Amino acid sequence: MKPKVAFFDFTGCEGCQLQVISLGDELLQVLGLIEVVNFREAISDKRDDYELAIIDGAISTEEDIKRIKAIRKQAKVLITIGACSSLGGVNCIRNFHPKEFLLKAVYGEQAQHFDTIPARPIWAEVPVEYQVRGCPINQGEFLKVITAVLTGRQPVIPNYPVCMECRSKENVCLFDKGMTCLGPVTRAGCGAICPSYGNFCWGCRGLVDDPNETSEKELLKKHGLTPEQVIKAFRFGCGFLEG
Amino acid sequence: MISSRICGICAVAHSSASLRATEAALGITPSEQTVLLRKLNLDGEMLQSHILHIYFLAAPDFLGVGSVIPLAETHPEVVKRAIRMRKLANDLCCTIGGRHVHPISAVPNGFTKLPAIEDLLVYKDKLEQSFEDLNASVELLKGVKLTVFEHPTEYICLTHHDEYAVYSGDILSSVDGITPLPEYKRKINEQVISYSTAKHAHTGQGSFMVGALARFNNNYDKLKPQAKQVAESLGLSHPCHNPFAITVAQLVETVHFTVAAIERIGKLAEQGIREEDRSYKIKAGQGVGAVEAPRGTLYHDYSYNKAGEITAANCIIPTAQNLANIEFDMRAILPEIWDKPREEITLTLEMLVRAYDPCISCSTHMLEVEFE
Repeated sequence: MKPKVAFFDFTGCEGCQLQVISLGDELLQVLGLIEVVNFREAISDKRDDYELAIIDGAISTEEDIKRIKAIRKQAKVLITIGACSSLGGVNCIRNFHPKEFLLKAVYGEQAQHFDTIPARPIWAEVPVEYQVRGCPINQGEFLKVITAVLTGRQPVIPNYPVCMECRSKENVCLFDKGMTCLGPVTRAGCGAICPSYGNFCWGCRGLVDDPNETSEKELLKKHGLTPEQVIKAFRFGCGFLEG
Repeated sequence: MISSRICGICAVAHSSASLRATEAALGITPSEQTVLLRKLNLDGEMLQSHILHIYFLAAPDFLGVGSVIPLAETHPEVVKRAIRMRKLANDLCCTIGGRHVHPISAVPNGFTKLPAIEDLLVYKDKLEQSFEDLNASVELLKGVKLTVFEHPTEYICLTHHDEYAVYSGDILSSVDGITPLPEYKRKINEQVISYSTAKHAHTGQGSFMVGALARFNNNYDKLKPQAKQVAESLGLSHPCHNPFAITVAQLVETVHFTVAAIERIGKLAEQGIREEDRSYKIKAGQGVGAVEAPRGTLYHDYSYNKAGEITAANCIIPTAQNLANIEFDMRAILPEIWDKPREEITLTLEMLVRAYDPCISCSTHMLEVEFE
């Protein structure tokens, strides 16, 4: 019997689900191993007899909390995909503004119809077995995690900084180009894709387990920056951890 | 960078509208090369999104199967073709922006990394070869009998005198003509609806339609001849007032944007791609940027203070604009299908909603963001 799999989205852009749909030929191979019973972005079937739930997006309403708890109750294994589910993602920017201000700004006089709570990652509400990080997820890493889960192995996710991958690509260090970058403390696994395309690392995969704070502070000091400035500029990736 | 995160399905459109709003606010005029590359990136996104909708969402209805997953078993060649066509469009976007979902290198006044022309020329060849798959797609849709439903509405899209507008232009309405882009709020009103987190949009006339069929109706003259031929062979008359034909208009546009992309790569090859000065000055200002996203006109409007921080932002999303029109169509079609069996009524209504290709990910609002 193929394991039954459901995809559910919470607050986010659904780009991570699109990354799954865009797998192409590998998607067909994955589909050969599983039975998809619920996937709003691609199919209209909606069954609730799943064993494996793949979740993207962040928690941002009381309703979301109820829904994720119900999913957790049904699913034997929960995999979250993307920065919103693992860090809260861009949604956490709003946590730094008063709720009344935000509701009025977005919904005006009708704001009372819309409930909202500070955005948070999935693991802040229910236990999560596996996380595929990144904004958006890296397709290769998704395949690695899903095949590991299906074959009962533990996927190996890098726990060293993006700088390691960036150096091996022979990129010029962005600090030396006068830019600020979160590569030194961010978990690798993305292949340093942003620095390789001339842009800085936003920290969308979250911190490594044991970031070298002393050396990061020295690096910032050397380039005339303070940790506070950097934290403010990079709320996108790490807003929930800061809160 | 944050703006593309509004929607992963049309990340290039959000990123482009955002860049145009910022450039309008700060008084930046990007180079011809930058504009060409951005348009090519939008062509690629239009192709991948339309193919996703035609094949993954609409085709199962047309071929009478529940969804794309059983379709892979009943019609493997159709699904393989869809995957091949989407991969081509996706890879083109990756070559320009680093990746399709959330482009990396597109920044105000240029690109942090430029694609090599040799890499783009590979896609010119592949796009030229893709006509075989496009013709097969036309054959697929030829066999489809669309629900007959005439329901005129107001059609709105960007329009440009030089081309089938996608990246720039003013707002064209089928009812009352042109509104200059900076005055978009005069034409389009967004309202909060108590039963939905998505706002609904209206004009003075009521609900309206944006997207492939609205563009086809309003900008038909600017379509490439190959696309007009496909419209004719599929019996898509101009103008067309049947919302079920949106999918057909998407295929017509798929042909158009394939030709447009081939021509744009040709032009870039002629000119050569070179590093340019991307510097600009920060100043206070307000600006509106709009592009044609796959599902319709997408507006971004930002205000900057003199430190270069955004103090107010407004985005109007295509699906939010179409929602009121979907309800307008539903109210009209219901009396026509009233006496049909329940399943048929449900399926017809579902197909109507699906025809609009609604994008549920960005049609909820997340606005007035203030960031430093």
